[in-house]
Amino acid sequence: MTQKALSGKKSVFSGVNRVRVSDLVIAFIVLLLSLTCVLPFIYILAKSLSSNTAVLSQKVFLWPVGFNVNAYSSIFRDGKMTHSLLYTAEVTLLFTVIGMLITICAAYPLSIKGLKFKGFFSFILMFTMYFSAGLIPEYLLMKDLKLLNTMWSLVLPLSFSAYNMLIMRSFFASTIPDTLYEAARLDGASDFRILFSIVLPLSKPILATLSLFYAVGRWNAYADAKYYITKQSLQPLQLLLNNMVLDAAGNDAISIAEGAATQSTPEVLQSAAIMFATIPIICIYPFAQKYFVQGTMIGAVKG
Amino acid sequence: MMKDRKKFKFHHRNSTLKYLASHWQLYVLLLIPVAFVIIFKYAAYPGLRMAFMDYKPAKGYAGSKWLGMGMFEKVFKDKDFFRALKNSLIFNFLDLALGFPVPVILAIMLDQLRFQRFKRINQTILYLPHFLSWVIIASVALSLFKPQSGIVNIILRDIGAIETGIPFLTEKWHWMWTYLLIGVWQNMGWGTIIYLAAITGIDTSLYEAATIDGAGRLQRIWHVTLPGIRPTMVTLLILNLGRVMGSNFERLSAFSNVNVKEFQYQLAIYVYEKGLAGSNFSKATAVGLFQSLTGLILVVAADRVAKRLGDDGLM
Repeated sequence: MTQKALSGKKSVFSGVNRVRVSDLVIAFIVLLLSLTCVLPFIYILAKSLSSNTAVLSQKVFLWPVGFNVNAYSSIFRDGKMTHSLLYTAEVTLLFTVIGMLITICAAYPLSIKGLKFKGFFSFILMFTMYFSAGLIPEYLLMKDLKLLNTMWSLVLPLSFSAYNMLIMRSFFASTIPDTLYEAARLDGASDFRILFSIVLPLSKPILATLSLFYAVGRWNAYADAKYYITKQSLQPLQLLLNNMVLDAAGNDAISIAEGAATQSTPEVLQSAAIMFATIPIICIYPFAQKYFVQGTMIGAVKG
Repeated sequence: MMKDRKKFKFHHRNSTLKYLASHWQLYVLLLIPVAFVIIFKYAAYPGLRMAFMDYKPAKGYAGSKWLGMGMFEKVFKDKDFFRALKNSLIFNFLDLALGFPVPVILAIMLDQLRFQRFKRINQTILYLPHFLSWVIIASVALSLFKPQSGIVNIILRDIGAIETGIPFLTEKWHWMWTYLLIGVWQNMGWGTIIYLAAITGIDTSLYEAATIDGAGRLQRIWHVTLPGIRPTMVTLLILNLGRVMGSNFERLSAFSNVNVKEFQYQLAIYVYEKGLAGSNFSKATAVGLFQSLTGLILVVAADRVAKRLGDDGLM
């Protein structure tokens, strides 16, 4: 939609159809900025596939030198990261399903015109977005609920997002016309029935978008894991990577090196670990990006 | 008269009951999210009592001493708190000052691009950093910016620009600018989306008129594009100003190291270190409450201002 409108405008004032210097300058700047988003990852990838000596003697730039996959096979042999990857996928899936169900349950009634006590319910659901109890009260709540050191501490507390609910509500309200709703009611359809046979089938794009919001958000978050999880087997991938690369001495990288009797130096191993955690995102990215843009537009208009 | 009103009231309540009876399913649905926020959000609010007492986990709420505002007095005399507050405010303002104009400029450049395919590919690439966690970004940055073996320093050394490696992430002043610029980089592409949408909404006849009047490209940008996206810019600026009390724990903790503690010590880190790591629950809760309250006030105020200026606002 954006593309079409933009290119339509272009033809109006580009007038003469020749490329000017300023066009090339702009294109060059944009290209440079794009390169800053790509080259770092290519560099890390090249490093993760290079030999220790090549990395040590600083010969690696954007292409592997002394190609080998030792670092990756160490990661697989050690199994900690692969386990964490599957575990994080499981947490993300559960989180997304629960989050979507709760969000639908909130957004559908609140999108209906004339719902009694709408303001009251909206307030209850949205207040938490503006005022949080803070880390310590929330931590103690997790403790009281006996959720510390369980995967549920990562699945439940964050799985309702008022922001996502707002986006879904405004989509429902603008996509499903009141007349359609009223006609269905007159035909004797119950509110449940309308939700399942009319609203949800008409809302597939927003369901996909918000599922991705939830999934990517969960996949990337790790602060709550740092607060609530101390057991290593329950740590999500991002936290594990944090411990391997960013924590003072990269202790976990060393333990991988020991556990898997690797020949790779910590630096190569860390590069491989970074790629290991990045590749899943890059795989879904081309597909997810479009939906993200759409969701953000709705969020910007009505959020 | 009295009778009439009574009758009206009765009628009114009756219609509400009737509505509830015929739409009970909607309320059943609503119960689920409401129960959910009560269990996982509202249930944490009573814990805010800790901010007003000297809470000792072993003694519980009943056994701990009530201090009233005492804990806040203590916090406001705490040097660490002021350092964290100062750092947070400075970093948030710099984040805004550096980070706010970049998406605007980039959006205008993208809009000006004549090659549609090229434009689309670049957009896709520029959005990428938004999808990566701070751990990944910080890990990559660490590898790129190491003083001795980081590729950036190697290149700078090879071309003879520097003699010894620049401690991008290991000396506090360098760290500050690196940290801030990485933030700008992370958001520059994603931030363009809303501006590109706003630019699309500009009436094309304005561009035509400007072209006929002999306006060049820069003049068209200055006199048509920028005024066209000004409401969006103002709204976003105000809403961002509402968040100056915020503090991003994930970003700060991902970029932490011993050499930069002085600047990295911001509110989220204060609360984490005093509270979870140091077990000083009351102090951390008090600071958290201070942060939540001032944040709430600022966000609501910002929203009021944004609404008064004629835009939708966020509530």
